[in-house]
Amino acid sequence: MHRTKVRVVEEALDANNTIARANRADFDRAGVRVVNFMSAPGAGKTALLECVVRDLPGVRVGVLEGDVQGSMDADRLASLHVPVTQLNTDPSFGGECHLDANMVRTALPELPLDDIDLLVIENVGNLVCPAEFRVGEDARIMVSSITEGEEKPLKYPLMFRACELVLVNKIDLLPHLDFDLDKFLYNLDTVNPGVERILVSAKTGEGIDEWRNWLSRVGSPVEEMV
Amino acid sequence: MHELSLSGAIVETVEKHAAGRPVSVVSMRIGALRQVVPDTLEFYFGFVSKGTVCEDARLEQELIPARLRCAGCERSWEIELPIFMCPQCGPSGRVEVASGNEFEVESIEVEEAECIARR
Repeated sequence: MHRTKVRVVEEALDANNTIARANRADFDRAGVRVVNFMSAPGAGKTALLECVVRDLPGVRVGVLEGDVQGSMDADRLASLHVPVTQLNTDPSFGGECHLDANMVRTALPELPLDDIDLLVIENVGNLVCPAEFRVGEDARIMVSSITEGEEKPLKYPLMFRACELVLVNKIDLLPHLDFDLDKFLYNLDTVNPGVERILVSAKTGEGIDEWRNWLSRVGSPVEEMV
Repeated sequence: MHELSLSGAIVETVEKHAAGRPVSVVSMRIGALRQVVPDTLEFYFGFVSKGTVCEDARLEQELIPARLRCAGCERSWEIELPIFMCPQCGPSGRVEVASGNEFEVESIEVEEAECIARR
């Protein structure tokens, strides 16, 4: 036996990125725009989708709901008569804490791509791993709720840098919390200068029109995203 | 916690290049912006590599510092904290990451049986 050194020089996530590009090509062929929707658990992803999915002018929405277990969120959205496909990471994908390109690929045959213009992939609630794995999306959106504190962008820069839009949710709680909004926005600009942000409340409806407009712009069949 | 997922990605990449040969060393280049904890990665790598060509392989990790560059003022600097604003241009700067995003398998060492036909 002897040892041979083999030069590799390859991003370890290339395998995932290759599958993500294949997903993206399939979505493009079907004329479907895709957003990867991410946040910590309980930030309000599902609630923010409930606010807008039924009411996107000219855009037919479908949701791919990622969870470790259960279909509670999918059931909530399905009750709004939106096509929802559940993707559980347990047991088929070892209970993974995020969706990756391959998991989304396995769900492709179940997605009604001919009947939708926009697919929202609601990722598993987690501020860490989802930021690492592209799934074939056109845009990435994250939700940060103000109950999580001002310092989250500094603690999870990978996630806060991995998105094109930050929804700052639960803004109705501002009078009741010690949360310093200016400090949060300063931290956000420190980590991802100038990233688009919308202050929203799924409860009171504040900012929801703007959120709806953003999403329908992305999902609109004629709009070209960069 | 993402070290578990990342370990899986390392093993997958190495398997492609090892062509079934047992691997003794995996050398990685890891950028500071990836927020990888070296000990945690080593722990999970040992765990995930069980039963693969990487079983018992040593994981070498070269840490690449995070360097930013501002296209506005052409300044370049190293960061420790995740501050992506140009100290000179502020919010109007155009900051790019020059290094620090790497998560790369640089090389591997594989065990090979002596081959008579080898020159």
